[in-house]
Amino acid sequence: MGKRVAVVGVGMTKQRSSRPDVTGQELINEAVRAALEDAGISRRDIDAVVIGNMDHFEGINYVDTWSVDGSGALMKPIMKLTTGGTTGTTVAMAAYYHVASGLFDRVLAIGWEKNSESDTTGAIITAFDPFWDRPIFAGAVAGLALEATQYMHLTGATEEDAAYVAARERRHALNNPYAHLHINLTIEDIMNSPYLSWPVKMGDMCPRTDGACAVIFASEDVVDEFPSQPAWILAVADRHLWAYTSDPYVNQALENGWWFPALEWAAGEVYDKVGIRDPLKEIDVAELYLPYSFAGLRYMESLGFCERGGGPALVRSGATDMGGECPVNPSGGVMSSNAIGATGLLRVAECALQIQGRAGDRQVPEVKIALATGFGGCFWSDVLLMGREMPEKPRG
Amino acid sequence: MEDWRKGQEIVVMEGRIKVPYRWAAGEVGTRYLQALRDERKFLGTRCPGCGIVYHPPRRHCPDCGRECAEWVELGDRGTLVSYTVVHRHHPQLSPLPLPFGYGIVKLEGADTGFLHLLYEFGEGELEAGLPVEAVFAEEREGSVLDVRYFRPLREVG
Ligand SMILES: [Zn+2]
Repeated sequence: MGKRVAVVGVGMTKQRSSRPDVTGQELINEAVRAALEDAGISRRDIDAVVIGNMDHFEGINYVDTWSVDGSGALMKPIMKLTTGGTTGTTVAMAAYYHVASGLFDRVLAIGWEKNSESDTTGAIITAFDPFWDRPIFAGAVAGLALEATQYMHLTGATEEDAAYVAARERRHALNNPYAHLHINLTIEDIMNSPYLSWPVKMGDMCPRTDGACAVIFASEDVVDEFPSQPAWILAVADRHLWAYTSDPYVNQALENGWWFPALEWAAGEVYDKVGIRDPLKEIDVAELYLPYSFAGLRYMESLGFCERGGGPALVRSGATDMGGECPVNPSGGVMSSNAIGATGLLRVAECALQIQGRAGDRQVPEVKIALATGFGGCFWSDVLLMGREMPEKPRG
Repeated sequence: MEDWRKGQEIVVMEGRIKVPYRWAAGEVGTRYLQALRDERKFLGTRCPGCGIVYHPPRRHCPDCGRECAEWVELGDRGTLVSYTVVHRHHPQLSPLPLPFGYGIVKLEGADTGFLHLLYEFGEGELEAGLPVEAVFAEEREGSVLDVRYFRPLREVG
């Protein structure tokens, strides 16, 4: 039942604050050309294209057909997806589903965004409910700050703990020529940056970025055609749950929401499928969608890298730094580059490069298993586990 | 491509998409907003299976799928579950004086949270578990902004 699937080509643009020199289609094309070249194939070899972004960030609908000149999808099947912050991981998962189904052998996944072209906060509000959220909407940062406050209240974590994470991400980004921010912010710099929405400061947040990423997925039947070592998809999972901004914070059917059940359940599913019992030890590198610093504490707990409340001690131990037990975000992560539709797919692309040993100055030695995640809005999650060894049998 | 670029700015076209919409609250949302507007009352709906009282009201329980046909009157007081103090925000979206509080309030009798604004609090006064009360608008038109904001509960007397 089903085919085993590997990443066989990766392309990304340099992530930048603004790319006025190219249109969206041309930006997409940069990443697509790089991925095709990396895979040693031409666009004619591609059986289907999956593309994603957030429509209202550019104000362009019909991105599926509008992007054909850039994606090379002329007269091919295209699916376009939009799932908020998880868009890029959803694109990766949908490309994986295409190939795993046995219906397509070579599928091109594309995630992109030109955040410079709109008012991001003005555009994000359209993702929220017109009755219960929008009349009092105070922006994405305020929504994340509600999570940070509750996390601090329940665990005793501090703003300095969060600043440790933000400093780690910016330090790691210095090794990644594709990252948007190349600024070595210290914990002190982050602590001294102005409050946007207490306890979240400027230095705790991700930037707004223009960028694109393209990844080629291939079936086990054709994987030998490609020059680079395949980076296998071991398992994927996705959990959606809450509708409104206020839903996660009070007991609903799912116990207190602070421990992030969507991420915990999705991670639990991929660990079960692959047989991971001690994620911190068994996973060699993680590229996590951490939109702001506090996520780098709490999500470690939801991912089972430590027990609940153990996030600050884990990150302060250095276990998630380069050279640690499981380096998190060698690329610099989302706090260093956030072209929203590309962001999740970049996590998958970075995991592939790590597995293939092609990550340059940000390479973690001997990566056999890599973890990628996507995060969206009211705390939904995508989780992908990737590896160097072909799985014994296909699994979801 | 390079020569012509000397001294040239990239052409940037400014635009604004303004589309009118008409969002229907449905029967459940309308009953809730009507009670808020006309009687200054918060209503929730109870799931007959889980017993959870939803506020804002749900027509169907997101967990078990049963119809939540029973209406429950809630108090206009509650406790603060989480909060933030907003120092920067989008001036066109919410032209509110800065800084303002923004929090999740669990009303008396409800099991779920309600997102709203917070004002009239002292520095360091906000904390999880703080009792709060609703301050209603004089002019009410059937929106969650019929509640102007929540504030720390002031003892009567
Ligand atoms: Zn129920």
